[in-house]
Amino acid sequence: MIAIVDYGVGNLFSLHSSLAAIGAESIVTGDAAAISKADAVILPGVGAFEDAAAKLRETGLAAAVRGVAASGKPLLGICLGMQLLFEKSYEFGEHEGLGLLPGSVVPMAGVIPAELKIPHIGWNALHLTPAGKNSPLFANVHGGEYVYFVHSYYATGCGDALLAVTDYGADLTAAVGQGNVLGCQFHPEKSGTVGLGILRAFCAMGGRV
Amino acid sequence: MITKRIIPCLDVRDGRVVKGVNFAHLADVNSPVELAEYYTASGADELVFYDITASAEGRALFTDILCETAKRVFIPLTVGGGINTVDDFDRVLKCGADKVSVNSGALQNPALIEQAARRYGNQCVVLSVDVKRVGGELRVFARGGRDDTGREAVGWIRDCVARGAGEVVLNSIDTDGVKDGFDLEMLRAVSEAVDVPVIASGGAGKADDFVTLFKTLPRVDAGLAASIFHFGEVKIPQLKAHLRANGINVRI
Repeated sequence: MIAIVDYGVGNLFSLHSSLAAIGAESIVTGDAAAISKADAVILPGVGAFEDAAAKLRETGLAAAVRGVAASGKPLLGICLGMQLLFEKSYEFGEHEGLGLLPGSVVPMAGVIPAELKIPHIGWNALHLTPAGKNSPLFANVHGGEYVYFVHSYYATGCGDALLAVTDYGADLTAAVGQGNVLGCQFHPEKSGTVGLGILRAFCAMGGRV
Repeated sequence: MITKRIIPCLDVRDGRVVKGVNFAHLADVNSPVELAEYYTASGADELVFYDITASAEGRALFTDILCETAKRVFIPLTVGGGINTVDDFDRVLKCGADKVSVNSGALQNPALIEQAARRYGNQCVVLSVDVKRVGGELRVFARGGRDDTGREAVGWIRDCVARGAGEVVLNSIDTDGVKDGFDLEMLRAVSEAVDVPVIASGGAGKADDFVTLFKTLPRVDAGLAASIFHFGEVKIPQLKAHLRANGINVRI
């Protein structure tokens, strides 16, 4: 069973349907016990970092997610869910994340050329780092495949946890991972067959599918 | 680098795709679910679902079909038609829409854009605008292109982007159905005025029209069309191969 963490942020319908499409059983849940019992856990999220981080703490689910990370079971953050795994975000101020991965979340404004639009919306190619090429998350990906992004902030200072970047006038972090803690800035559930392949690889890490 | 997007638009009424569909190899050419799956498999980058149902009953049927489609299609889905309130946003987002497009609803109540953007984020709010030239001015039309609102288009679009619209679909009434190419002049005026993605709609008749669009106006992010895709006059895989051969970055 895969648990999709429901903390009142974002639309979880697509994620649930995409897991069903690859034959993985999942539940959308805000129950800490159910999250702890799952074989693998996905932390989704859209919207603003500060609100999401606050909701995760208020619901007590931050502790549940930290517990999953410590247990060694696969944990995948998607989009804002990935950003929450880092130590800090500088989106409208300075906010504390879960601190499960090294690095921080910063605006892409000023980093990318001024003529490029923000948010970075659309399909862009994945370029895997050597660590990414060895990551089980990318077992079904060779590099160069297109995935769907929607974001204005990106993770930086990820060190060896950097698995993939995408080129938007600058190399932006597209995926990260350290042991069982993984994250995608893009939306695998909206990235067609490539995205489903990435979700399938993640579920396989949890012994499901 | 980010790719230019190709977006087929499905007009749905009473649970069926209308505006003519002509695919010999599909079992049920008017099924939105089958058509959406077909387009996804042929390389569409995104789909737009347009609800052209009038009655509340039809709206419920549309919602069912949308859910059914969203369950089986794993690319971004934008839904428009009859979006007048934040509750309408909620209804379609719960069914699996990723973005919601507003047109007449925003003209009646521009604050709808702010309310929706605050609640769901700017990336979720797409402004769709029907524009026609009247006495040398670009004018916004309402009710599916029937009523002249008297508003100047570029100013209206700028205002909506300032309120939080994260993307603009520009439908040129002047070139719609003419199949002689996109309205480059109108698209230039709008794409230079805003910093959010602009999606060109109205006028595509052949693959070269998309090449001209992206070559002439590098700030336009996507091209949208309906009947030329439905009738197979332009097939998405060939279109994308043609775009790539002409140096335009697309997802293949």
